Amino acid sequence: MRHPENIPTSASFSRDHIQTVGNIFVKDARIECRSVDVFYGEKHAIQDVSLDVGRNEVIALIGPSGCGKSTFLRCLNRMNDTIPGCRVSGEIKLDGQDIYAEGLDVVPLRAQVGMVFQKPNPFPKSIFENVAYGPRIHGLASNKLELEEIVEKSLRRAGLWEEVKDYLRHPGTGLSGGQQQRLCIARTIAVNPEVILMDEPCSALDPIATAKIEQLMDDLREHYTIAIVTHSMQQAARVSQRTAYFHLGKLIEVGETAQIFTDPRHQLTEDYITGRFG
Amino acid sequence: MSNRTEENKSSNQGIRTHEIVKAGLHRRRAAEIRFKAYGFICIVAGLGFLMALFGNIIAHAWSAFEQTYVALDVTFDESVLDPEGKHDAANLASADYPALTKRSLAAMFPEVKDRLEKRSLNALLSSGAAYELRRVLAKDPALLGKTERIWLPVDDDVDMLVKGQIDRDIGEGDRRMKDYQIAWIDKLIASGRVEKRFNKQFFTSGDSREPEMAGIWGALMGSLFTLIVTGALSLPIGIASAIYLEEFAPRNRWTDIIEVNINNLAAVPSIVFGLLGLAVFINFFGLPRSSPLVGGLVLTLMTLPVIIIAARSALKSVPPSIREAALGIGASQMQTVFHHVLPLAMPGMLTGAIIGMARALGESAPLLMIGMVAFIVDVPGSLTDPSTVLPVQIYLWADSSERGFVERTSAAILVLLAFLITMNGLAVYLRKHYERRW
Repeated sequence: MRHPENIPTSASFSRDHIQTVGNIFVKDARIECRSVDVFYGEKHAIQDVSLDVGRNEVIALIGPSGCGKSTFLRCLNRMNDTIPGCRVSGEIKLDGQDIYAEGLDVVPLRAQVGMVFQKPNPFPKSIFENVAYGPRIHGLASNKLELEEIVEKSLRRAGLWEEVKDYLRHPGTGLSGGQQQRLCIARTIAVNPEVILMDEPCSALDPIATAKIEQLMDDLREHYTIAIVTHSMQQAARVSQRTAYFHLGKLIEVGETAQIFTDPRHQLTEDYITGRFG
Repeated sequence: MSNRTEENKSSNQGIRTHEIVKAGLHRRRAAEIRFKAYGFICIVAGLGFLMALFGNIIAHAWSAFEQTYVALDVTFDESVLDPEGKHDAANLASADYPALTKRSLAAMFPEVKDRLEKRSLNALLSSGAAYELRRVLAKDPALLGKTERIWLPVDDDVDMLVKGQIDRDIGEGDRRMKDYQIAWIDKLIASGRVEKRFNKQFFTSGDSREPEMAGIWGALMGSLFTLIVTGALSLPIGIASAIYLEEFAPRNRWTDIIEVNINNLAAVPSIVFGLLGLAVFINFFGLPRSSPLVGGLVLTLMTLPVIIIAARSALKSVPPSIREAALGIGASQMQTVFHHVLPLAMPGMLTGAIIGMARALGESAPLLMIGMVAFIVDVPGSLTDPSTVLPVQIYLWADSSERGFVERTSAAILVLLAFLITMNGLAVYLRKHYERRW
């Protein structure tokens, strides 16, 4: 799996090279994935992916449509469980604990590993209720005042507080797309997770809203580990420290973001980054 | 240069496309207008039929809400009612009240001496008139021994004559009223003793062989009790099954078989459920026949598939993003369903429930099989009392030969429709209420 570090030129691995290029390991990893395979019925969606996610880092998962990056992301908090016919094999450990262990309850896992989806999906309830829902079901607040504090803190962190503080009783679905997505982020961080998974969180947003969310990710990195799937290479370059390139269900290359975008070592990565396809 | 020819080519093609589209535009517009016209005609025709139907029913039913009454000076003669002078209620309850009306009529028409004529004179009054007298006396015992003008219901034939539904001009042999009877009635009318009043009897009593004594209340209560049983069983069972099948059950061969069977059950003719009810609930479990309990159980079997199918499709139509959102922040499956999916699916579920319950209310065939078609005079007071339901009552009256039942059949249809509209209105209100909470 490990490759010699002394390769001098870029794109030194041909398109036929199927093993992951780059260092998949990080020191003191938060999430360790080893030989993960995912099947949708007969379809082999993810093939033998091994990858570590470090603490307080933003890792970007990039690749052409259908390459399995979203599927991989959804493995990390077992959201794939909801898809009929989906089967996951291999090992995924969160802080050394196998999350696919038999008898493991997904509820605490998902409280630990929050998720923000591609399309903003606020509950059809008030803004306050949207954010308060998670803390309420997990019992994070012992009284109303604490709950209000959590809601305010989460909305502040998501950079939404100033815009909505007078409209907390209004429906969350009445906000604009960018505000809705930030509401969803506030809802996720209200549970105080350790890891946040973001599945193309800005694909439906305009550049201004996108910039706000990117800024937000930078701030959140202090407290959380973030894995983000994105189609925008500029975004990956802006927000992430490490980048993983997926292609047809395989993890092709992993590395420091700066290195991936300036000096890709696998021919497929270079093709994608230079826009030859994808 | 080559670039330019290419440009020309493409712009040429652009013009051609434009012309082709323009040429076909007329046809497309015509097709659209035609389709709109068909749709409009269909709506108008549908509304027309509906109006004709309602108009007909209301026109027939209108007169049933009035009943002809005649005023008699009745003497509550102690020597007739209480010859032994006991003055106790039980004795008065079983006294000879028909004798009182006979006396009053004889006093009013002293010229009638012949036995047969006397009998047809007494037949002008409803057989319920005696019960009315008993009721009046029970309410006010001080009337004993006094003479009082009391309005009493007339026989249905007299009622029909007063309402103009018996033709006076056809021969005596072809109508149910003799010429001299008509003469007596005209005399009563001339003396201002005949009046059409609101037909309270129709809304307060059970069935009767006499149209003027027959009421819809018994059937209405029967329908209400039956629907209570149906609703209390089919709504929770149906919605719980739908939630389990849609949200919790694993997808495998067994659930497939169950799904196919539910779909098939929805298409089973209702009378089959009646036979099933007869065999299982009455013969095997020994529940009382003709009772709303058994009727409700049978209708529950019939409406369950409808409710389950509607509830499942309502659950299916909730966007998966809501489920993902809830699961993504660590809600359990059950919290996801009950906090987020169910409120959104509620309006659709209620619609399904309304359709199911409306079908149950209008159903008669399966109830015939379990004995709810019996002639039942008493208004049911509980789930196990023998009773009938509105559609069966309509069927029974439509089948009766008395002229007075014709208008009562239409009136009963109106009552059934009003019941249905009230029920649907309530459900629509509930649906709106849920929808407002987004």
